[in-house]
Amino acid sequence: MAINKKVANVEEACKGIKSGMTLMLGGFGLCGIPENSIAELVKMGVNELTCISNNAGVDDFGLGLLLQGKQIKKMISSYVGENDEFERQMLSGELEVDLIPQGSLAERCRAAGAGIPAFFTPAGYGTEVQGRKEVRMFKGKPHILETALEADFAIVKAWKGDSSGNLIFKATAKNFNPLMAMAGKITIAEVEELVPLGELDPNEIHTPGIFVQRVFQGAKYEKRIEQRTTQPKA
Amino acid sequence: MLDKNGIAKRIAQELQHGYYVNLGIGIPTLVANYIPEGIEVEFQSENGILGMGPFPEEGDEDADLINAGKQTITAMPGAAYFDSATSFAMIRGRHVQLTVLGAMEIAQNGDIANWKIPGRMVKGMGGAMDLVASAENIIVAMMHTNKRGESKLLEKCSLPLTGVGCVKKVVTNLAVMEIRDNGFYLVERAPGVSIDEIVDATDGRLIVPGDNIPEMEI
Repeated sequence: MAINKKVANVEEACKGIKSGMTLMLGGFGLCGIPENSIAELVKMGVNELTCISNNAGVDDFGLGLLLQGKQIKKMISSYVGENDEFERQMLSGELEVDLIPQGSLAERCRAAGAGIPAFFTPAGYGTEVQGRKEVRMFKGKPHILETALEADFAIVKAWKGDSSGNLIFKATAKNFNPLMAMAGKITIAEVEELVPLGELDPNEIHTPGIFVQRVFQGAKYEKRIEQRTTQPKA
Repeated sequence: MLDKNGIAKRIAQELQHGYYVNLGIGIPTLVANYIPEGIEVEFQSENGILGMGPFPEEGDEDADLINAGKQTITAMPGAAYFDSATSFAMIRGRHVQLTVLGAMEIAQNGDIANWKIPGRMVKGMGGAMDLVASAENIIVAMMHTNKRGESKLLEKCSLPLTGVGCVKKVVTNLAVMEIRDNGFYLVERAPGVSIDEIVDATDGRLIVPGDNIPEMEI
């Protein structure tokens, strides 16, 4: 019998998220972000959050909304441009920022979920990222030790899901979502479409339900585009 | 002297049949417009696509389908999507044959700086450090000098580094150079550019092997 992870709505899904916690939030730019849950975090008013997310949204969408309310204490990201409020809080010292190479960020999430406490990578050797991290030579090349990143809650967004917590992502909206799903102590998945159990083909599941504790269908999705680039119709 | 499209066109000549290629933001993106005829290459974007296609036609944009510059794109037949750890496994695991990226400074030993200017807003390195630390073949596409007319080819980088000793080749508006023997080894001149002009615009050690440096054919 399948284990039921379905919760009624975003309020129920986000229950237990408290001020001071560490959260992982999936998405690359505004692509594949858990927009319903972010809106709920704004409503809940939790603050002093440490947010692990590749980017920090834009001023009025994505994690930018949490920055507006000064709910974030620290951001752990690889790239944080395109956000004026972020810049203001960072320069004034209100916001702590830890910048991590994108591949290391992804692998540190994956490692946490896979029970690997740390790994060596060549990325960042000889740069500010190296800092005091252990350096070791492998095959004649220097590598630095990076540790797994854990989170109290991981909040991811998928295209389709079922009540078992199985998830399928769409196109490049996949990005960090499957990795963060693995890393959260509690993983919340919001999906565009929650389908009846048995409808998803087990051959095509991207994230097996074992990594997900709560799943719900988002009430609505704006899916904002950050850089709309097109060519004229042929 | 080349313009940005000229630099991209020259780099496109480095593409080989069967290459998987990662193109950075800026001039590198233009390389995709000049794929030599008769060869098959696939473009990887590190946010999670292989087989990236051109921008969509107006009205066909999909918020779920973007490149690493967050621009809406299309997928070619045979494309594949994957998560960010798999994407950087392709990069670190050297499955991607060529990386083309821009830079603010290059040192004669192959060091690259392209992510941070002290005193200015820091935006982050994104995937640049993973790319330069692992790629087998890195070509830098950039203007030879900055907006103030200062050389970007130096003995040592003054800006915080992105990677150490990793650049193999530099293509600028003035020249093609390889990093060899702790110097910028001059391989080709841009059309109409003299050796003296290249020497003047290069602060680092420029190695000029003889007087007959060929002119680029583009």
